[in-house]
Amino acid sequence: MAETAYKATHRVRNFFYLFFILLIIWLALTSNFHWQELSVGVLVSLVISLILNKNYLGLGFPPFSIKRIAFFIIYIVVLFKEIIKANFDVAYRVIHPKMPIKPGIVVIKTTLKQDIAKLILANSITLTPGTFTLDILGDTLLIHWINVKSENVDEATKIIGEKFEKYLRVIFA
Amino acid sequence: MSEIIGIVVISMGVAFDLFGCIGLVRLPDIYNRLQGATKCVTLGTCLILLGVLIHSGGAMGAKALLCAIFILLTSPTGAHALARGAHKSGVKLWEGSVMDKYADDKEGELDR
Repeated sequence: MAETAYKATHRVRNFFYLFFILLIIWLALTSNFHWQELSVGVLVSLVISLILNKNYLGLGFPPFSIKRIAFFIIYIVVLFKEIIKANFDVAYRVIHPKMPIKPGIVVIKTTLKQDIAKLILANSITLTPGTFTLDILGDTLLIHWINVKSENVDEATKIIGEKFEKYLRVIFA
Repeated sequence: MSEIIGIVVISMGVAFDLFGCIGLVRLPDIYNRLQGATKCVTLGTCLILLGVLIHSGGAMGAKALLCAIFILLTSPTGAHALARGAHKSGVKLWEGSVMDKYADDKEGELDR
């Protein structure tokens, strides 16, 4: 009984997330606020999100709240700062005549539970300085690091994952 | 004014794309090459699209922004799939690499 109620709330939540994402994509693609365009967009998003909402139960989207949105915006800003740092880092390594690289594959741990949170963490790690995710096995992430600073699991977790995880832990708490 | 800023941003994007391509040629193995390809080329292409947004604005800008978001989502995923596939099919790391925890995991102790 409790499980069906849990599933029902998740399906309603996924339905609303899917509906608004699809509607925003439609509005960006048409860039037109005429009522005919809008009604077609609403209708199509409604049908698609009604059919597909049960397909995303496994991802574990968190409930909507103002605090989560605020932290998500801060997270995006941090991510962009890291992406720009990453680019100068890689550009420096590529142009330098001696190529100061010291690559290796290290292991880090994560405390995040939901699949969607792990997905965001892995993709953010790929976009940040000198690291990218090879594989996720349970709570372990395998990272290829272009300049290995520490072979210890805890230290590597602190250097690579912590700056994102502290925001993601709040968003997906 | 917005035209000039747009052209400057597009030029920066092209420069980052160029660095990414130099990295693709110079770096030693597939994993390091993917580093160059994911980071520089992602930001380079996103900057070009951002430049289009600043330059033209309006309907075309909204589409450019949407494309930038899709690239930011798909480029890391594609790189991850390529690297994982390469490692599973036995592509060796460059000889200068210091460690490979993934290959040490033959017994599957890291597995869930």
